[in-house]
Amino acid sequence: MTLDKLQLNFMATVKSISINSLSPKLLDMGLFPGKEIRVVFKAPFGDPIAVDVEGYILSLRKDEASLVEVA
Amino acid sequence: MKVALVGNPNSGKTSIFNHLTGLNQRVGNYPGITVDKKTGVFRYHDNPPITLIDLPGIYSLYPKSRDEEVVLQVLSSKEGEDYPDMVIVVVDASNLERNMLLFTQVYDLGLPTILVLNMVDVARKNGITINHEKIRELFHGTPVFQVIARTGEGMEAVKEEIVKPRAAKVVIPFLEGEFIDCQPATDETEVQKNYVEERYRKIRQYLGFAVKKETIPSSMAEKHRKADKILTHPVFGYLFFVAILFMIFQAIYAWAEWPMDLIDTIFLSLSQLAKESLPDGVFTRLLAEGIIPGLGGVLIFIPQIALLFTFIFILEETGYMSRVVFIMDRLMRPFGLNGKSVVPLISGVACAIPAVMATRTIDNWKERLITIMVTPLMSCSARLPVYTLLIALVIPDEYVGPFNLKGLALMGLYLIGLFASLLAALVFKWIVKSKQKSFLVMELPLYKMPRWNSLVITIWEKIRLFVFEAGKIIMAISIILWVLASYGPGDRMNTAVAKLDKPQTQEGYEAYEKQVASVRLANSYIGIIGKSIEPAIAPLGYNWQIGIALVTSFAAREVFVGSMATIYSVGEDFEENATLMVRMRNEKHPGTGLPVYTLATGISLMLFYAFAMQCMSTLAIVLRETKSWKWPAIQLLYMTTLAYLFAWLAFTLLK
Repeated sequence: MTLDKLQLNFMATVKSISINSLSPKLLDMGLFPGKEIRVVFKAPFGDPIAVDVEGYILSLRKDEASLVEVA
Repeated sequence: MKVALVGNPNSGKTSIFNHLTGLNQRVGNYPGITVDKKTGVFRYHDNPPITLIDLPGIYSLYPKSRDEEVVLQVLSSKEGEDYPDMVIVVVDASNLERNMLLFTQVYDLGLPTILVLNMVDVARKNGITINHEKIRELFHGTPVFQVIARTGEGMEAVKEEIVKPRAAKVVIPFLEGEFIDCQPATDETEVQKNYVEERYRKIRQYLGFAVKKETIPSSMAEKHRKADKILTHPVFGYLFFVAILFMIFQAIYAWAEWPMDLIDTIFLSLSQLAKESLPDGVFTRLLAEGIIPGLGGVLIFIPQIALLFTFIFILEETGYMSRVVFIMDRLMRPFGLNGKSVVPLISGVACAIPAVMATRTIDNWKERLITIMVTPLMSCSARLPVYTLLIALVIPDEYVGPFNLKGLALMGLYLIGLFASLLAALVFKWIVKSKQKSFLVMELPLYKMPRWNSLVITIWEKIRLFVFEAGKIIMAISIILWVLASYGPGDRMNTAVAKLDKPQTQEGYEAYEKQVASVRLANSYIGIIGKSIEPAIAPLGYNWQIGIALVTSFAAREVFVGSMATIYSVGEDFEENATLMVRMRNEKHPGTGLPVYTLATGISLMLFYAFAMQCMSTLAIVLRETKSWKWPAIQLLYMTTLAYLFAWLAFTLLK
């Protein structure tokens, strides 16, 4: 499953990041395999989403979140 | 000696820079790029002064944005003038894992490096205890400090370390092979990705030795999440934002007016004083009518810049700004903008100058450029006097249902500004090309109280930028405009003035003086330009008098009112005594005898001012922010074209 499909408030672990021109950006912001994450709230219209990454909150657009494989 | 500061955005790097240098800072340029170079001087006891370079906040050394390019370039060009003797990496101790990525990359460049763990108080609150001696050991003796930049705690030790003499030593890289000769060994995304993932794995392992984390039941985090749920709510979120905006604009209109009037009065009296106390001559007139009013015209923007940036500072510092970006992003995306464009665009309702300066937070160059290009279409406060005069002149005082027509007209003009800027953004989205993909991966920081001590530095920085950099161009243009308005070819002005009847009475003298001013302006170079463009503006319903006012108000829109008053030799204050209005209402076309200021001409003029780039100060700041003549030129061209088209259309349809 990818992060954009993850339900609100469900814990998940990052499995991998797809190769894309944006993937380095996601890694820079601390999304790497092994991180435990949780979608904490969403913007109106469901996009972007706010993700708790082991203690800090990242905002991601849905198409950015779709690069993050979670389980 | 040079020392560079490197760190993530929000790591408190700038607080540390401010702490070390105080107000002793200056902003320069990196050759060929739009990123500003911030340097300061650090003095500690009797040690020789040290130059500190505050590099842009970045997350990693891989050059994906202009900021990252600059940092890599500075840290890797050994012959470059900014190549530092030492690097201080500032990291957020409450978010160590991610922040350490940049540190390990900088560490591998082989420069002498100091690691400063900032915000250890926040980390402690979150149950994080850091053994900095252990980190020092793991990184082969790299000096590590725990500080709270906000209070200055722990900074003394950092200062001592900076001035300490140190011997060169061989660095064992944290990760072998990723950086060769200070350059990334590969530009392939996949290989880079593997390196970064490897780094994170190793950082996790290292921090396992040095960091103790207790899970404390965090009611704090719960409170923040509750606030987030309200502030990003589909209804309350937007309502709250509108309420905040309403308060900000109320405050700007209420508080900016008197300092602006004060600056106006001071420069008027200075100009008067110069005229009275200096011998009459070209130089005195240049000083009293060109330079002093020109300087006043620059300084008059300071209250609005200072107020708007104070509010932006509060929004950013409290963490609310990123929530605004969060809820507005989806709405702005179809227009080629992003959530970060919202605040600059809305600030444009007060004044385009601070609005354009506020686009710096947009890290995607294309989105930033589009925001800069369309912001001046938003109806700024300088358009208000023009609109007020024209609405009073041509819009009937009637009601449509419960709505007053004059009020509707004004609201319509504001809406036109808003829609025009969004539509223009849409067009620029297709025109401007960019390799850089748009993204919004950003941190939503915790809510906190603003650090007021950096407010002064922030505001001073903005004022300095405007006054000393954009101000030069504004001064130059105002002096040129003054020369054009005060001189005419040959004896033309004097001949025209001599033709006027000399006044017989004291009362007549005042009227005579106004006539002289009018005749002088009409026969000056500007008057001649205004007359010569008459054929071009006749299709819009304008006469040469309006032509002159259009040319003079290139300096600033509100000048239109004053110029009309001078041309029609009446007092400027149209609200208190309606002479200008009466005079304009009675103005007839010389040939046909029909009134000039009809509904058609009035609307045409309002639309012209809604679209036209009649503000040299905005052009000067756009030049400064884009560092290229190309963009202000395009802006001037496209806005003037739009203004002409819509004015023509309105006049043709309503005639």
